[in-house]
Amino acid sequence: MAQAKTTEDSDLVLDIRGLVVSFATNDGEVRAVRGIDLAVRKGETVAVVGESGSGKSQTMMAAMGLLADNGRATGEVLYRGRNLLALRPKALNAVRGAKITMIFQEPMTSLDPLYTVERQLSEPLVEHGGLSWKQASARALELLELVRIPDPADKLRAYPYELSGGQRQRVMIAMALANDPDVLIADEPTTALDVTTQAQILDLIADLQKRTGVAVVFITHDLGIVRRIADRVVVMKDGEVVETGATDALFAAPREAYTRMLLDAEPAGRKDPVPESRPIVVGVQKLGVSFRIQQGFLKPPTILKAVDDVSLTVREGQTLGIVGESGSGKSTLGRALLQLLPHSGRVQFEGRDISNADKAAMRSIRRQMQLVFQDPFGSLSPRMTVGQIVTEGLLVHEPSLSRRERDLRACAALEEVSLDPSVRNRYPHEFSGGQRQRIAIARTMVLKPRLVVLDEPTSALDRTIQKQIVDLLRDLQRDHGLTYLFISHDLAVVRALADTIIVMKGGRVVEAGPAEAVFAAPADPYTRELMAAALAPVAAG
Amino acid sequence: MTAVVQPRPVEGRSLWQDGLARLRRNRAAMASLVFLVLMALACLAGPYLTGHAYDQVYRSYVKVGPSLSPYPKAEAIAPAALDALKRARVDVGEPVEIVGESVRIPVSSSRELDPRIVRYVDRVDIFSGARLEEIAADGRSGVIVADIERFTFLFGTDATGRDLLTRTLIAGRISLTIGLLATVVAILIGVTYGAVSGYLGGRVDLVMMRVVDILYSLPFIFFVILLVVFFGRNFVLMFIAVGAVEWLDMARIVRGQTLSLKRQEFIQAAEALGVENVGILRRHIIPNLTGPVVIYMTLLVPRVILLESFLSFLGLGVQEPMTSWGVLISEGARDIEGNPTMLLFPAIFLTTTLFALNFIGDGLRDALDPKDR
Repeated sequence: MAQAKTTEDSDLVLDIRGLVVSFATNDGEVRAVRGIDLAVRKGETVAVVGESGSGKSQTMMAAMGLLADNGRATGEVLYRGRNLLALRPKALNAVRGAKITMIFQEPMTSLDPLYTVERQLSEPLVEHGGLSWKQASARALELLELVRIPDPADKLRAYPYELSGGQRQRVMIAMALANDPDVLIADEPTTALDVTTQAQILDLIADLQKRTGVAVVFITHDLGIVRRIADRVVVMKDGEVVETGATDALFAAPREAYTRMLLDAEPAGRKDPVPESRPIVVGVQKLGVSFRIQQGFLKPPTILKAVDDVSLTVREGQTLGIVGESGSGKSTLGRALLQLLPHSGRVQFEGRDISNADKAAMRSIRRQMQLVFQDPFGSLSPRMTVGQIVTEGLLVHEPSLSRRERDLRACAALEEVSLDPSVRNRYPHEFSGGQRQRIAIARTMVLKPRLVVLDEPTSALDRTIQKQIVDLLRDLQRDHGLTYLFISHDLAVVRALADTIIVMKGGRVVEAGPAEAVFAAPADPYTRELMAAALAPVAAG
Repeated sequence: MTAVVQPRPVEGRSLWQDGLARLRRNRAAMASLVFLVLMALACLAGPYLTGHAYDQVYRSYVKVGPSLSPYPKAEAIAPAALDALKRARVDVGEPVEIVGESVRIPVSSSRELDPRIVRYVDRVDIFSGARLEEIAADGRSGVIVADIERFTFLFGTDATGRDLLTRTLIAGRISLTIGLLATVVAILIGVTYGAVSGYLGGRVDLVMMRVVDILYSLPFIFFVILLVVFFGRNFVLMFIAVGAVEWLDMARIVRGQTLSLKRQEFIQAAEALGVENVGILRRHIIPNLTGPVVIYMTLLVPRVILLESFLSFLGLGVQEPMTSWGVLISEGARDIEGNPTMLLFPAIFLTTTLFALNFIGDGLRDALDPKDR
């Protein structure tokens, strides 16, 4: 078979032809991928870009034979001339995991928590590569060195929970590279990681490719990443390939409107400054939150300072951006401020001291200060209708309202977030991520709050949807004079929304100031590092 | 705020409806559901249609086998008649004739026939309306004419001559009722207890769960014997005994589920809205527990039925003449060699019901499991 191929084609390692993926669901057959062609040559990096639901992941899952039970793939996926779709599981296993490997978005859940890194790295080498356990162990060490994990010998004996997210992703990459694959499929490998870690992982993948000559298929929704590493870009929409081309050409002159829209999806615009004369809504002095961590039965508990000595003031109509990596204490700060966590120090809301107020005292103030969460899938109760979700706050704060009045208020709130009010009897699972986030915002808006704490409200969303949510938040703020506390690790979004920002690291504020000033001239080295990692691709272009 | 029109809402499809649609495609589960409904109907209406009361004793038909044709068998009539008149101190002439639906027994005696001797015949279940006819002039001989009563025992009769079909159906009522009621009791207590314990957490959780642990450590049979000793054998006692044990499992399951639910953002969102604990439990936690609870319930019903059967088997269950499948099986097992059908029929009823319940439970688990989507 392989000999029959022409020399020109011998470079082709993965050739997808007319691939159709469909799923049998309750509502009949759903076509996720509608006949796409995609070729990957030796040693190149192809980025598959599209919004969620565009079928980019399902294409690769189908190629690997990893579709869900109700999925069906037709067409051809040729690996060096052999159609993978027609292979029996045993023959397929000889290819996947060895010659075509995959890394996933969630490094936390892709490693088995019961086994050491060494064991997990060695297993495929023994199974696929026919090595003895001893040889495999030596090779595992080599692999860890290859992916540049610090102290590789120590890390061999570590369990997954002992590694950070970035280190876990490195282990995953090491596993993927174990049997010298021809193709590495990376499905949003950096989405769950912090910006600085993301940059390191991207550099690592680019570097590994240079050294090992593996072809990389990079699935992502983030065009910033694409420009950094890809040779060619394939843009997908609704299961079809919309546009394909060399990265530079495509970025310079996108042909399709959809591609242009993706490229423009970087949140734009700056916030109009708020006059100093506005009243102060939130004042925080020397706020601290600490957790006791019980280490053992007899050992004294250690105290973890999640937030340490933070002070800030926010005026009416202002947006304060709180920036930092995961674990920097920014979410904890937001929750402590809303009195959802016990804390030290003082919190004033509209001049009243609400520090550690009890539940009853807080109830009247709760409606003034609201919270929007990161995960639009987890923050809506799956067994309530949208109408019930949106009006739940009214049940608490305006119990005198009749059912009809509540319904009217729900309609008004849904219209405000640009959702059709006729959807209010539907359930959250019937909506997309962006729509759900709108519902979550409507839930807070129905109470007409003064302060909204937004905890990473755009992080789980596609770039294009992010932009819409940013626009929505901006409109709501203008119309209602809202004050925002915007918690995010995404500097582009923060830049578009915030008046002032504070940068947090290890529970402390390392830098604070007006947004423009901080972005233009970051003073702290940590801030500079963050900005370099996050904004480099944009700055370069 | 401007006037907002209230558009007609579009009907949504809840997770439940999704799950039920999936369940409907599961043939085994649907067949089991139909079977269970039929079984319940049979147990409810059946005893009125069999023509026998569940506690009516037919002394003439002790341990007769199952049969589609009615009893008595032709060859059994004459001996039964002779047997009946044995104590009447009369001479029974030959032959005993069977004429259509009645029997003619010529009798004679050295003294005048006492007309009350027909009672000896009537006393036998086979005959009714016995009367003395064709009395000779001296009154010393005549013919007793009696109608033959025909009974159908589809499943045969038990050791005291009661219709096994009626008793099996009546037993089904008891077993299914105990199964359902004890399960409902267990779930009501278990869900409330587990959800409160899990949601409040901390010291409350600690105390509540230790109470569960202590109750767990009581040996079940010992507990039941104690109850029986103090309160006597009683139908209600069964609910208490079974419910008191089974809610412990439910409470633990629900607590575990609640602990993981509590970390979900929609619960935190409700807290941030200022919703009180009761509201969070009622609107957010308990509705989201329905999936696991319903699944556990369908698996709990067979367990409770089995437990009841076990207790009845040991003689701690329902009291005669009331019966349950467990009691019937226990009686049947005692005479397994002489009359295996007495064991067979109740056992078939019990096992098919348990099978059906388990199939439904499995079907529901597949249908409601959110990981499936």
